[in-house]
Amino acid sequence: MDIEKSTDELVVQMRSITKRFPGVIANSEVDFDLRKGEVHALLGENGAGKSTLMNVLAGLYKAEAGSISVHGKPEKFGSPREAIEAGIGMVHQHFMLVPSQSVTENILLGLEEPRFRMKLPEYNQRVAEVAEQYGLHVDPDAKVWQLSVGEQQRVEILKMLYRGADVLIMDEPTAVLAPSEIDELFNTLRSMTEQGKSIVFISHKLHEVMAISDRVTVLQKGRITSSGLYTKDVTRADLARLMVGREVVFRVEKSEVQVGDIVLDVKDLEALNDKGIKSLNGVSINVREGEIVGLAGVAGNGQNELAEALVGLREAIEGSITVNEQDVTNKPVKLGIRHGISLIPADRAKVGTAPNLSVTENVIMKNYDQKPIANGWRVNKHEAGKYATGLKDAYDIIVPTIDTSVRLLSGGNLQKVILAREISSEPKFMVAVQPTRGLDVGAIEGVQKLLLSQRESRAAVLLISEELEELLSLSDRIYVIYEGEIMGEIDDGDIDKIGQMMTGTPLEQIGKEGVN
Amino acid sequence: MADISVKESAPKWKFPFKIKIENRVDNAPRWLSPVLSLAAVAIALLIGAVVIWIAGGDPWAAYSHIAKYSLGSWGVLSDTMVKAIPLMLVGLACSIAFRMKLWNIGAEGQFFLGAFGASMVVLLPVLPMEAPKWQFILVSAGFGMFFGALWGFVPGFLKARYNVNEIISTLMMNYIAIEWNNYFIYGVWSESGFQMSRMFQRNAWLPRLSDLAKRWPFFGGLTTHFGLVFAIVAALILWWVLSKSRWGYEIRLIGDNPRAAEYAGISIKKNIVLVMIVSGALAGLAGASEIMGVVHRLQGAISPGYGYTGIIIAWLAKLNPLAVILASILFGALILAGREVQPSGIPTLIQGLIMVFLIASDFFYRNRVRITRKVED
Repeated sequence: MDIEKSTDELVVQMRSITKRFPGVIANSEVDFDLRKGEVHALLGENGAGKSTLMNVLAGLYKAEAGSISVHGKPEKFGSPREAIEAGIGMVHQHFMLVPSQSVTENILLGLEEPRFRMKLPEYNQRVAEVAEQYGLHVDPDAKVWQLSVGEQQRVEILKMLYRGADVLIMDEPTAVLAPSEIDELFNTLRSMTEQGKSIVFISHKLHEVMAISDRVTVLQKGRITSSGLYTKDVTRADLARLMVGREVVFRVEKSEVQVGDIVLDVKDLEALNDKGIKSLNGVSINVREGEIVGLAGVAGNGQNELAEALVGLREAIEGSITVNEQDVTNKPVKLGIRHGISLIPADRAKVGTAPNLSVTENVIMKNYDQKPIANGWRVNKHEAGKYATGLKDAYDIIVPTIDTSVRLLSGGNLQKVILAREISSEPKFMVAVQPTRGLDVGAIEGVQKLLLSQRESRAAVLLISEELEELLSLSDRIYVIYEGEIMGEIDDGDIDKIGQMMTGTPLEQIGKEGVN
Repeated sequence: MADISVKESAPKWKFPFKIKIENRVDNAPRWLSPVLSLAAVAIALLIGAVVIWIAGGDPWAAYSHIAKYSLGSWGVLSDTMVKAIPLMLVGLACSIAFRMKLWNIGAEGQFFLGAFGASMVVLLPVLPMEAPKWQFILVSAGFGMFFGALWGFVPGFLKARYNVNEIISTLMMNYIAIEWNNYFIYGVWSESGFQMSRMFQRNAWLPRLSDLAKRWPFFGGLTTHFGLVFAIVAALILWWVLSKSRWGYEIRLIGDNPRAAEYAGISIKKNIVLVMIVSGALAGLAGASEIMGVVHRLQGAISPGYGYTGIIIAWLAKLNPLAVILASILFGALILAGREVQPSGIPTLIQGLIMVFLIASDFFYRNRVRITRKVED
């Protein structure tokens, strides 16, 4: 393996690439090299310009300046098709598959062959051969909608390999995967590099970059801060510093807080998901005053349904929810708000805010009918404006004016709008679902501090997250949910046990099945 | 390869400007929205002119004729206002519903039911023949609004309860409304077999400007009726509700993001029903004022599609109740022009074109177009 890599054969050379978008320079004179048979990580915060750079390479964007050469030959890609003809394929964060068609049909989509008759059995065979070669286990005949997210990603990779790509760009490939699927993806990537493929791995997760890459290039605000470092020569702290331009504390400072009475008490809760299938099955949890309780689990195991049921957005078909000994089971959302229940929703744009309304109109969403903002039937614009200005200053929301539509805000600022609104209502119980997802390191720190401040002001916080690291550093204890059932509760941060519970082993059975 | 050689053989001169289209990264300026509405009207008139010219007419003469006979004197201006009154009310009906992204296409049917309700006051009769005028004004307006509201409530309830698509249900209910009225015109209230009711007695009519002619001769012959007061008061109230009130805030929040509204504890179902009731009541009031102020009897063909024109007016006014008044006067003039211009399809064509350009103008609201000088390299 090492012998192959030391040949240093350059597959891709990008020189002083500059790409502008209205108002921002996404890439400024960026250089990037990719060697044959390596995994080259492209690391940076959100908005650092990683995806932009690779979209230029994949022919989706045209750079204003700079040159690209592939296998030593200068290229100027006008479209993804031209890029793939030169052997460069990109797997995007959001898959581009037709759910109702089979794997083979998806792979053949847009190709010249077969010309008229589909001849599916023959092509199924070919797809299976390519899949076999790289250890990508997927049934060519299966319909895409039947596949798990991990399998769909394999189809996307297969699509590129079938088109003869020898450079594969993976844009944040682990964002959608469960931990076991991530391991499998890493195995696939390794088997591909062994067979001479080169891989660009875009990520903002340090531990993944450390685990999979041979070299790493770090981008910060559109510029290179370090180029082509050998991963084995650097530490996580080095990379973090290069990424954000300052030291990042990984340990969150947590003060001692005296835990009080039980605030949230959920007993035997059952609820259906949107498709009418039972997705919460006898969930019993509690959260006490001054406590952050984590809920770990792979996405889609009932976390969203639980959060919605707790605030009254989803009907509980069985069981009870009490907050400070008030029964709020299946009570209107507004009543919950009055009882001091607050939710930081997972989807900031689709649930948490109204995109075309102003910052002011968004922060008064939960107290527009309370004095002093409500004045009889009227909304007192003056009071609302004063309130919004106060929050803007207190939470450092960066926005031209409070009359700006929130759709123009960045993810971090949008989350600040939501947090400002929710925290200023002085909640007794707060559910935070994935509060730091998609935010950059600086913003994540800010959000985590705000959550801890809630704990200090003796609120009860339920933190639902897929980031184990975040759960471990913020939570006082952690519940693990799997297929709508609580597998157990951990208060010593035992990652191994959490991992096993996340894949469906109840706490009491761990260790009983012998060592494996 | 091929296109490179073409480029090389092309003459040296190049178009010196570059047009760039970018997504807006800030709020569009306040003046843009009315300017786009005006531009839509202007372009529609321009294309109308081309069509008139192709048809062998003189566009300038045609347009000045239209202007003269719809806005040129107090008499014709009054006629324009008569056409504009029902348009204002249905325009308001559509505006409130559209603010919540509730596509009420049923203003036409609600208009007919409003006309039916008002007629009932005279024909059933609800009020005695010789009741004072002010009673007729209030009671017929109330009945018109009630029946319009009922016609709005049905699709609203179906949507809230069973998630029935309101576009289909409101549209279909228009046909039921027309046939419902026909039943009464042909049968119950038919005047000696004609397809119309008897003429209402004069004290049931809405007062008109010409009623004041005895004291001020200036108003002689002016047909603008009391419905204008209804329309302007309704516009002012609706403007206040939508921009100042708590309910208006709820409507805007639901319109922009229903899931966020639900999360803020606002009942969407309740508001769907309420908004459809108010929307229906406004369209019903339009029907009542048309019957009591202009037609003075229940008959067929009381609307040249007012309910549908209200949709265009609402968009032209960008759902702003005060702008609905101005947009309605423009469309009142266009409807009147249909009488004056041959072929009479031209004003209808212009209405349609305005709608098309309004929808297209949204592009400029979302994007910024930049024209820059090309830099020679």
